[in-house]
Amino acid sequence: MTIVAGLLHHVFEPGFFSSEPVHVAVIVGGVVALVSAVVGVFTVIRGQSFAGHSLGDVGTTGGSGAFLVGANPLWGFAIFTILGAGIMELFAARRPRGRDLATGIVLGGALGIAALFLYLGTTETSTTGATITILFGSMFVIRASTIPVFVTLAMAALAIVGALYRPLLLSTVSSDVAAARGVPVRRVGILFLLAMAIAVSLSCVTIGAILSTALLIGPAAAALRLTKRPGLALAWAALIGLATTWLGILLAYDSFYWPPARRGWPVSFFVVALVFAVYLLADLASRRTRRHHRAAENPGGPDARSSGFEETVVGDSLFGAR
Amino acid sequence: MFSGFMVHAWMVATMVAVVAGVVGFFTVLRGSAFVAHAVPQAGFAGAAGASLLGISTVAGLGTFALVSALTIGLLGRRGRHDAVTALALVFMLGLGALFLSWSEEYANAIYALLFGEVLGVSGNEVLATAALGVVSISAIVLLYRPLMLTSVMPEVAESRGVRGHRMEMYFLVVVAFATTMSVPVVGALLMFSLMIGAPGAARSFTDRPFCAMSLSVGISIAIVWIALAASYESDWPVGFFVGVLGAIFFMGGRGWAAWRGSRVGQAERAGQLAL
Repeated sequence: MTIVAGLLHHVFEPGFFSSEPVHVAVIVGGVVALVSAVVGVFTVIRGQSFAGHSLGDVGTTGGSGAFLVGANPLWGFAIFTILGAGIMELFAARRPRGRDLATGIVLGGALGIAALFLYLGTTETSTTGATITILFGSMFVIRASTIPVFVTLAMAALAIVGALYRPLLLSTVSSDVAAARGVPVRRVGILFLLAMAIAVSLSCVTIGAILSTALLIGPAAAALRLTKRPGLALAWAALIGLATTWLGILLAYDSFYWPPARRGWPVSFFVVALVFAVYLLADLASRRTRRHHRAAENPGGPDARSSGFEETVVGDSLFGAR
Repeated sequence: MFSGFMVHAWMVATMVAVVAGVVGFFTVLRGSAFVAHAVPQAGFAGAAGASLLGISTVAGLGTFALVSALTIGLLGRRGRHDAVTALALVFMLGLGALFLSWSEEYANAIYALLFGEVLGVSGNEVLATAALGVVSISAIVLLYRPLMLTSVMPEVAESRGVRGHRMEMYFLVVVAFATTMSVPVVGALLMFSLMIGAPGAARSFTDRPFCAMSLSVGISIAIVWIALAASYESDWPVGFFVGVLGAIFFMGGRGWAAWRGSRVGQAERAGQLAL
């Protein structure tokens, strides 16, 4: 009994459960991880990881702009990511390569403006911590009063994805089939970008603008290595997102007395590192199971790598449910 | 504007522009915009780590840029290339955040690495930049034909025995070299703007590869020179001008293409593109 208590004492440093910033971080981090995971699964399937990452960087511009005028950074992040999503959609070409280029241009321009805002902000007010907070975030400085805003925005993003679930999947797998069935492919794409913008702006505040991609892409990509079924992938992604975020918070709290600086390692680092580790594990696991499958099905046969998500969705969940 | 330390700045910025124009041309052709964005940011983490250890920033930057390029190449074989790129990128950035939280050196150094510090370039750095630039350009010259083939017609390349994946790895290494030389000057976030904006604009004006590449170099030099002069006059960060000018040139190119397209006729243009 005492051994268990001693172990628990080491895992949860004293004060972990009674600390106000930890409470806020756990709630906000959980909400954000959940939304990011759900939106992320579709982002990864649709091949829009770059757009998701760019929205985070575009958010940097909003965050630094809000800092410059003294507003709440959350609004800066939200407004700019939504605007950025709109402009990307405006430029977007039909071909994926053209889409990447348009995304890149919006990203480059936005980063340039962010450079200016940060420069003006830091030279005029001489507070230098802003750059770090905006870019790398910190869950422990979020105020409890902003929780309702977080929850509301998160619900909005989830509601969009929930309402669009089927048309989104269909237009992801084949936009031609979706269009033939009367799905407004373009409108679905725009609404999804809106949901993505909200999710990204929320994670910008929690783990920082340039790290927000970790929560969006990481759990989703890992989940999609484990399973090809969209429903199951959503569940896995949510689970991985929550686990990595909460474990990250715990480790960051514990790290307060760790070397070399003795002022705690950044929460964002732990979350990102855990997400990356989970992806590598999922990659390993999926390779092992696939090797088993291949050996069982056609020994010595051609590479089965291409048996991807698309066929599965078309095969058993979308068309099978007719 | 053309005296003392500014001479170094002009020399280095021009070299960076030439390399960004050439390497960027292939980046756009291969649709590797995300990689071109990821590798410089990973390099940023390396630079942060190097400043923590007290060793040369360029060494750290180069190591991390190379490691991230190889990681993306290896992991990208399986799994989704863009998701893997995103993950490698944020992991490196996360490491960067950790290193920064350990080091005493704060905002200014980071700011310079992210957004560029062209005005404080020393003579040694000019030499290092020139050397890395020569390596990148000669690599592109050596790889020109197979690289072009795998970028434009991957199937034909495969049938002629050019390994697509090996070319991708070589190309990623070249991007890492170009990054290492440029990041200390134009910054991790804006190296990318130069590598995408100029070639993206150039491709709107011509379809011939060599013309497009020369034009891309020309536009990229123009962007850098204007940015440097404007930054010198206004004291605003170089990165701001590079980023915004890149977007303006790209939009100009798109506008020109649309105007010409409406004149020549959609059908003919579509035919040209198919070629």
